[in-house]
Amino acid sequence: MPATSAIEVDGITKEFDEVTALDDVSFAIGRGELFGLLGPNGAGKSTLIHVLSTLVAPTAGTAVVDGHSVRDDRGGVRESIGVVFQEPALDEELTARENLAFHAVMYGMGRAERDERIDAVLSLVELDDRADDLVKTYSGGMKRRLEIARGLVHQPAVLFLDEPTLGLDAQTRRHIWKYIRQLNREVGVTIILTTHYMEEADVLCDRIGVIDGGRLIELGTPAALKDRVGGDVVTVGVEGDRDAFRDRLAGYDWIGGVEEVDGAFRLTVDDGSRRVPTLFRDTENLDCDITSVEMREPSLEDVFLDLTGHGIREEEAENRMERFVRMRRAR
Amino acid sequence: MRGTNLAAIYVLWLREMKRYARSRSRIVSTLALPFLFLVGFWYGFRSIQLPGVGGGVDYLQFLVPGIVGMTMLFSASFGGISVIFDRQFGFLKEILMTPVDRVSIALGRVVGSTTTAVIQGVLILVISVVIGFRPVSWLGLVPALVYMVLIGATFIGLGLLFASRVNDFQAFNLIFNFILFPLLFLSGAIYPVTNFPTVVTYLTYANPLTYGIDGLRAVLVGRSMFPAALDLAVIAGFAIAFVLLGAYAFEGSDAV
Repeated sequence: MPATSAIEVDGITKEFDEVTALDDVSFAIGRGELFGLLGPNGAGKSTLIHVLSTLVAPTAGTAVVDGHSVRDDRGGVRESIGVVFQEPALDEELTARENLAFHAVMYGMGRAERDERIDAVLSLVELDDRADDLVKTYSGGMKRRLEIARGLVHQPAVLFLDEPTLGLDAQTRRHIWKYIRQLNREVGVTIILTTHYMEEADVLCDRIGVIDGGRLIELGTPAALKDRVGGDVVTVGVEGDRDAFRDRLAGYDWIGGVEEVDGAFRLTVDDGSRRVPTLFRDTENLDCDITSVEMREPSLEDVFLDLTGHGIREEEAENRMERFVRMRRAR
Repeated sequence: MRGTNLAAIYVLWLREMKRYARSRSRIVSTLALPFLFLVGFWYGFRSIQLPGVGGGVDYLQFLVPGIVGMTMLFSASFGGISVIFDRQFGFLKEILMTPVDRVSIALGRVVGSTTTAVIQGVLILVISVVIGFRPVSWLGLVPALVYMVLIGATFIGLGLLFASRVNDFQAFNLIFNFILFPLLFLSGAIYPVTNFPTVVTYLTYANPLTYGIDGLRAVLVGRSMFPAALDLAVIAGFAIAFVLLGAYAFEGSDAV
């Protein structure tokens, strides 16, 4: 295994009863990388984290984490990773320091090393002054920070963060982003995080894997993924004879893609600022009015739409339903 | 047991001690039921001479070892079953995520919950002494502690067994109503089992709690159905069997 890879995923498939949660997923993550798995709820992100952290065995395929196979060397994998799960996993009847000490002993650390590491991670997430308060008195953001700190106590090579800012308000979210970036840069730990927030993936991650329906459908830097959309995104509101407008659009070779979203035309246009005037001029004599125009650089939202043909939000409701069905089946 | 992890067992025990010491409501609520049973049955039955209690033995003397056994039964089962709570609140994932083997994790739970159950049993014993109970010999308290530990370990094992198979809170009430109360009433805790029809007597012989309470009576009151050595052997056998079964079931259970 090349020393530059922190994680190598090779053909991982995971089936639960009839549901295929992961379908032949393969990729590699380099050491020191901050890698994001982006996709809607139920896409298989958490399952992938569970497989990579040895909580769940894959149906097929294998993965190597920091040189240890998730199939044959679960103990080795566990020693080299820290995990922050999507749902909180703290003992709220204990203080922050006690939670961390519990963790450190479970990882076989001696007293001197333990005390030193606990102080270090507490100051890293700026919880030193509340370290001896019961966790049940903490806010949501503080609990998250404590969990991130705990994931680092035993100095793992790889840190997994499953939806690290789920359910947090915008300000706290930015705060958590700061800590994650700091950990990655200053501590040098490889981080793999899952998220369904486009902005989170865009702002934080070196590279992003887009996952949908259990499949890894694209992989690249945020910039490369956006380039993939090919040009600017122009959204045009139209009233009147929409069919004529649509026909006219079909005649332009500089329009990469046309999608109708919420009654507006979403166009992918090369060099949009020069083309929009042309669009106005050419449609003047049609029996329709352009009511609004918006032009912007492509976002990851557009990338996702481009890749999957659906937005990340509409998928959300659908998948919640699916998960609900799966949960009932499991009973 | 291959390579059990003593440090992990210790820290799991420590966690239970801290949680116990901080939760006054849990201490009071798990003592309330045995206390009500103690006072209720004592006042109700004290002037009746129940057949099988043994001549010259006051009903309170007969009842107290039974109530101590009941306290052990309830708090130990609760200790085992509380794995369900850890699963619900996510902390079980944190525990199972560590490199510690599951047998050590189960043993940590057994040691921790046995300790809290024994503390509860001792508290009930102290209350009993305050309201008038007198052991035949104060030295009898030492072997009584041994019986309490064995009763505790037995039912924590049983609790773990259930917690590994059952995932929701609803099962909790079910277990209390359909398992714990029958175990209690078929153990001779409150009245002598010799009054039961023959068929029911056989059920009492299959109940681990019968031997635990009979053993407690032997060392605290000086009267028992079976020889104290037999009681000790049987309850010790049950304790070992259920702890192993509970640990085994826990090892194969789901983390998420």
